[in-house]
Amino acid sequence: MSEVKEITSPEQAAAERWEEETLAPVLQKRPERKQRFETVSLDAVERLYTPADVHDIDFDEDTAFPGEFPYTRGIHPTGYRGKLWTMRQFAGFGTPEETNARFKYLMAQGQTGLSVAYDLPTLMGYDADAMLSEGEVGKCGVAVSSLADMETLFDGIPLEGVTVSQTINAPASVLLAMYLVVAEKQGADWRKISGTLQNDILKEYIAQKEWIYPIRPAMKLVVDTFEFCTRHVPKYNPISVSGYHIREAGSTAMQELAFTLRDGIEYVQWGVDAGLDVDEFVPRISFFFNAHNDFFEEIAKYRAARRIWSRTMRERFNAKDPRTLQLRFHTQTAGVSLTVQQPLNNIVRVAIQALAGVLGGTQSLHTDAYDEALALPTDQAALIALRTQQIIAEETGVVNTVDPLGGSYFLESLTKKMEDGALDYFAKIDAMGGMVFAVEKGFPQREIQESAYQYQKAVERGEQTIVGVNKYQIENEQSKIDILVIDESVRGHQIARLEEARARRDDGAVGNALEKLKRAAQSGDNTMPATIEAVRAYATLGEVCDALRDVYGLYEEPAF
Amino acid sequence: MTERKIRVLVAKPGLDGHDRGAKIIARALRDAGMEVIYTGLRQTPEMIAAAALQEDVDAVGVSILSGAHNTLCPRIVQLLQERGMDDCLVLVGGIVPKEDVPRLKEMGVAEVFLPGTSTEDIVTYLRDNVRPRA
Repeated sequence: MSEVKEITSPEQAAAERWEEETLAPVLQKRPERKQRFETVSLDAVERLYTPADVHDIDFDEDTAFPGEFPYTRGIHPTGYRGKLWTMRQFAGFGTPEETNARFKYLMAQGQTGLSVAYDLPTLMGYDADAMLSEGEVGKCGVAVSSLADMETLFDGIPLEGVTVSQTINAPASVLLAMYLVVAEKQGADWRKISGTLQNDILKEYIAQKEWIYPIRPAMKLVVDTFEFCTRHVPKYNPISVSGYHIREAGSTAMQELAFTLRDGIEYVQWGVDAGLDVDEFVPRISFFFNAHNDFFEEIAKYRAARRIWSRTMRERFNAKDPRTLQLRFHTQTAGVSLTVQQPLNNIVRVAIQALAGVLGGTQSLHTDAYDEALALPTDQAALIALRTQQIIAEETGVVNTVDPLGGSYFLESLTKKMEDGALDYFAKIDAMGGMVFAVEKGFPQREIQESAYQYQKAVERGEQTIVGVNKYQIENEQSKIDILVIDESVRGHQIARLEEARARRDDGAVGNALEKLKRAAQSGDNTMPATIEAVRAYATLGEVCDALRDVYGLYEEPAF
Repeated sequence: MTERKIRVLVAKPGLDGHDRGAKIIARALRDAGMEVIYTGLRQTPEMIAAAALQEDVDAVGVSILSGAHNTLCPRIVQLLQERGMDDCLVLVGGIVPKEDVPRLKEMGVAEVFLPGTSTEDIVTYLRDNVRPRA
C-alpha cells in the first residue's frame, strides 16, 4: 500500500466495496485459518484477485495470442490440439543391456521419446574401473565408459526415428560424440537426427555440482557443441538450460526462473561472442524446468519464462526469427517433493505437478515414479508414471483448448510477479558482469542455500505441510513396496566390457586422436572433431576427459 | 568453566554433488551452537577420516544419496577406528533403504537419519549421545 492515496480506479473501488460489505462481516465472525497464506516458495498469496490486480497487464502486449509474441500463452497456435507433448521418461540403471531393455519396454508402452540417465562415474568423466567409481557404477543411471557401451545402449533403436535426450553435462561433448558415431554406424544421417543434450554446465556450478573443469574452459566446450551442431546436426538441441536442478537444490520458483533464463542469456552471449548468428543457433537452445507442488505458481513460472525469453532475445540480441523468440521446454516433476513415507501418495503429487506442466504448455514431460525417494524406479512404478501422463492427455480434457487458465486474474497477476522478480535478478547479475562472474562469486549458490534453509525451517515449524512427513504420519509405518536394487556386480561386468573394448582397439589411433584433442583444446580450436575421432577409435570416456583435464585443469569449489 | 562445544564434521563422500541436505544440516548444527566443519564434495573415506582426526571432532555426519553407502560408510568407520577415534560417532543421512540400516549399524554406524528427519532431532541426538570430554 502506498502512503499517498492514489486515484481509485473503478476496479479498485469495486473491490473495496466488496471488502467492506461482504468480506468484513464474515471475517469478524470467522477469521481465516492463517494470518498469511503462502506458496511452496514462501511467497504471499492474496485472498482474492480481481481486475484491479491485472490493470497493468495489457492483453495485446503481455498476454496476446498463442503462437505470437511474446508467447505467454504458448508457442503453438493450436496448443495440444495439434500435437501432444512428448512423453519422455528419464531412464537408466545398471548395465547398457539392462537400460536398453527398459527403453524398449517403455517404447512398447507408448512412450514417444527416450531420455538417458547416466551413472555418477559417467557424469564425472570417469571410467567404470577408476578408483573413485567404486560403489557407484550403474547406481544412479546407466554406466557408459566407451563407444562399445553406447552401441549396446541403443542396439535395435534406430536413432533417426526417435528423439533421445541425454542428461550429461561436464563430459557432454564426449557423450554427444559417442551418440553421433553410433548414429553414423546405424547409417543415420546426422542432418536428420534430433534429440537433446543437457550440456548445461552453469547450473552444475550453481546447483547440481557435477563439474570437471574450471568454468571458462567448460563454457568453451559448450560453445564448441553449439558450433558443431549448428553446422552438422542442425535438428539437434545441443543444450537444455536447466532450472530443474536449481529448484531441487532448494531455490524458489522465481529463483529457478531467473537463474535459468539468465544462464540461457549467458550461453547466447558466449555463442554470439564466438561468432555465431543468434537466429541460427538460438532456435536449438531448449529449456528444462521443474514442476513442483504449488500448482498456480508453477504455471505462472512457465508462462513468464516464455514472455521473458522472447522479449530478451528481441531486445538484447536483436533476434528476428520467431524460432529464436520461442522458448521450448521440458518439464520434470519435482523429485525433491517425493516422500519415503507413504510412498503411494507420490502418485498423486506427480499427477498434480504434471498437470501444472501441461497447463503451462510444456513440450515434453517426465513424470517421476512413486518409488523414487527410495531408489531408481521399478518397471511397475515407471509404468504408472507414464500412465499418469496418458490419463492427463486422453481423459481429463485439459488439452482441448489452448492455455485454459489464461485470463485468470490470479494467474496473470502471478505471471507478472514472476516476470518482475526474474528481471530484478537479471539486473543484479548483469551488474556483476554476467552469470559466469556471478557464479564465480557464489551469488546464485548462496541465494539458493538461503531459500533451502528457510523452507526446511518452515517445514519444521509446521508452516509448510508435507503429508505423511510432518502431518498425517503413520506410526511405525512398514514400507511394503518393492524397490529396484542395483547389484554390486554391475561394476565387474562393466570393467570386463571395458577391458574387452581396450583389447580390441588400435592403441596408436587412440593416442593420436587424444593428442589431437589436446592440441585443439590448447589452441582454442573446436574440440568436437577430435573428440569424435577419439571415441570412434574407442578411446574411453575417462581417457578423453583426462586429456582435457591435462589441458584445462580441475574446478575447485570455493567455500560459499 | 565453559563447556566444550560439540564439534561435527559434515562429510560428503562419493561422486554425488547433491549437497542441499549436507548444507542444511551444517547450518542447523551451527545455529544450535555446535562447531561444524564441512568437507566439501567428493571426499574419499581416507580424506574424511584424516579431517576428523585433524579437527578432533565428536561426530562425523555423512551425507549420501547415491546408493554407495554400503561401500563407503563402513570404510569411514573402520578408518576412524584405526586412527583411535572409537568415540567419534558416525551418523549417516540421505537416501538409504530401511533394509540397509541394521547392517550399517552392525558395522559401527551410530545412527541413520532417513528423509523427513527434522534437523532438531539430529541436534537432540548429538546432544544426548556425544560423550562429554574432560
